[in-house]
Amino acid sequence: MTPQTLSPLLCTIPLLPLAGAAINGFFGRQSSKKAISAVALAFCGLAFFMAVLIAANFSSASAPYSFPLAHWLRSGNFQVDFSFYLDQLSLVMLLVVTGVGFLIHIYSVGYMWDDDGYYRFMSYMNLFMFFMLTLVLAKNYLVMFIGWEGVGLASYLLIGFWFTKDSAAAAGKKAFIVNRIGDFGFLIALFLMIKHFHSLDFTKVFAQVSAWPTEVAGIGILTAIGLLLMVGAAGKSAQIPLYVWLPDAMEGPTPVSALIHAATMVTAGVYMVARSSMIFERAPTAMMVVAIIGTLTALFAATIGIAQTDIKKVLAYSTVSQLGYMFMACGVGAFSAGIFHLMTHAFFKGLLFLAAGSVIHGIGGEQDMRKMGGLRLYMPWTFTTMGIATLAIAGIPPFAGFWSKDEILWQAFNTSWVYWLIGVVTAFITSFYMFRLMYMTFGGDYRSPAVQEAHGHNPHGHDDHGHGHGEPHESPWVMLGPLVILAVLSVVGGFVGYGNRFEHFLAPVFQGATEVAQEASHETAGRALEYLLMAVSVSVAGLGWLLAYLLYSRRPQLPARIAQSLGGLYQAVAHKYYIDELYAVLFVKPVVDGSTTILWHDIDQGVIDAAVNDSADAACHVSDSVRHMQSGNLRSYAGWVAAGGAVVIAYMVWMGVR
Amino acid sequence: MIPLSYYLLLSGILFACGVLGFLIKRNIITIFMSIELMLNGVNLSFVAFAAQWHALSGQVFVFFVMVVAAAEAAVGLAIIIAVYRTRETLNVDRVNLLKL
Repeated sequence: MTPQTLSPLLCTIPLLPLAGAAINGFFGRQSSKKAISAVALAFCGLAFFMAVLIAANFSSASAPYSFPLAHWLRSGNFQVDFSFYLDQLSLVMLLVVTGVGFLIHIYSVGYMWDDDGYYRFMSYMNLFMFFMLTLVLAKNYLVMFIGWEGVGLASYLLIGFWFTKDSAAAAGKKAFIVNRIGDFGFLIALFLMIKHFHSLDFTKVFAQVSAWPTEVAGIGILTAIGLLLMVGAAGKSAQIPLYVWLPDAMEGPTPVSALIHAATMVTAGVYMVARSSMIFERAPTAMMVVAIIGTLTALFAATIGIAQTDIKKVLAYSTVSQLGYMFMACGVGAFSAGIFHLMTHAFFKGLLFLAAGSVIHGIGGEQDMRKMGGLRLYMPWTFTTMGIATLAIAGIPPFAGFWSKDEILWQAFNTSWVYWLIGVVTAFITSFYMFRLMYMTFGGDYRSPAVQEAHGHNPHGHDDHGHGHGEPHESPWVMLGPLVILAVLSVVGGFVGYGNRFEHFLAPVFQGATEVAQEASHETAGRALEYLLMAVSVSVAGLGWLLAYLLYSRRPQLPARIAQSLGGLYQAVAHKYYIDELYAVLFVKPVVDGSTTILWHDIDQGVIDAAVNDSADAACHVSDSVRHMQSGNLRSYAGWVAAGGAVVIAYMVWMGVR
Repeated sequence: MIPLSYYLLLSGILFACGVLGFLIKRNIITIFMSIELMLNGVNLSFVAFAAQWHALSGQVFVFFVMVVAAAEAAVGLAIIIAVYRTRETLNVDRVNLLKL
């Protein structure tokens, strides 16, 4: 298919979900739920169909395609257009976003059916798809930024979907504000690009960058741009130090957590870093920062995941941790491995969240794993699919996660064994907390009814559907269908990376960038070593499983005792290392206090309000004293006229008339 | 020849009497007459200057003033009669319907 025929198709892909969002947003209130579902699914599905059509006709030979849609900014020789761009990287993202997005839309029909805001939810979901597709299909950084901000908006709307609940509204606000910090860095990076490259277009910027030498000292403009882009990516993709919003974002409905906060939006930062690979490769310092942040986040978030009891919180920290892996991959120059993990992660983490949603749905809105247990008997399909996803994320071959994680660890080892070691430790912890989740949820006996009746309504019930709590039940097929499809993808998704095919497919995108990495990988390239490392990572995953089995299936009383003996350390982990509290003291409190005392009381009330009020008071006082002149007595007016005339004449006489 | 200053002094006294009468009297007729007095005081200084400088324009001005004063007297007296018919008083302090 030629670019001429591909172009209209490509332009319609983002616009289709926008149309769906508009129709449901404007007319959804009056429509029936069936009509709303039909509109939402049709437009989203059509976008997926278009994406498949494009993928089928995609040929690496003629890539990249680029399609200008409209002119936007024209200022001297600087210009920005609304234009779309399709190369191997955006094609992968396009398929992941539309494919997983469409599945989650189907799932949402079942999950959100009883909610009063159903039309609102579907409209927001479609809106999110529009912005996410704009982000991945953008041809320049500014259009990408539109998508970037747009997904932030959709994320905010959906986290705070149940806005009557204080915690949900606060979580939405937190996500938005923390993202703003990242966006600030992203914006500054854009300004720097405009200043130095006079363009924001990917091809133009990268063409100029490719002529530049690698910045050895690491103090140049590319390092600055790279670091600032990383600030933006850290905000969107929930990396240290800006990850705090993602766990709170679990206040949103579970399909939202699956779509936005696991599969697609949070990977936008990885996509952006991979897209800017040309810049990062020439800024080793920025690369190192990316790798270090990614590695630390992977380990840090995984350790928090161990002690969480809320099923969605575990998955949230797991997401943060897996995103850390992706950044680690990008940081060591293995961009295609990072994107590979992004794709497999979208499958298995989307599946994990959807399955968790199915569990929550099936037992009436409970999210505390301590009140679950034994659910494998009640919901076998959910159990099977979630088990597959768990095997995938733990890195057990031949599931999808094994291939991508192994690729990342291998590439990391080639750069530094420190990255690899932390990565392996993280893999162990990941395996442990995921199987812990499985055993607590599905293993043993069902613990809920007595507990729930004793405590009344649970405080953690985020997904409260309002329907009565009875026997746990399997979810309807509209929800199980996506689970099964994603489970299949989680099993076979890894094989696209077999024999480095995925890497070769993406190679043209990272061509300029991977040269440096290639050199490094050839140095230590050794089949035997690679298999050894593979065996290590698989065995630590197995160890994690074994430990979880021992602690949570064989001796369920043991974890509590261990937690008790660890004391302070366990408390620190359970409270997420008190990072939220630390941020509250370090950043939130000074800002709030400063705003209250200085900006509000001193400046606003003391200066601005005071100036306005005082001038009004002065006018009032002066008028009050002067108004007595206007007595309405005609002769007093005449007196004033006469007096005034006398004064004028006296003045003239005094000065001398000229 | 009577010096100019005498005329001006008389003119000033007449004007001051007019102002004084305008300010302290309550009867509309008296106020009206005070206005005429002021006008005539001014007229006197006009003709005095005209005679002094042998310029006719001052005398022409006086005719203008007289014509305007006559018109004013016609209108003003008509208003006074109308006021008296409705209010049955000539005291300006009681003609205060428009006052807040």
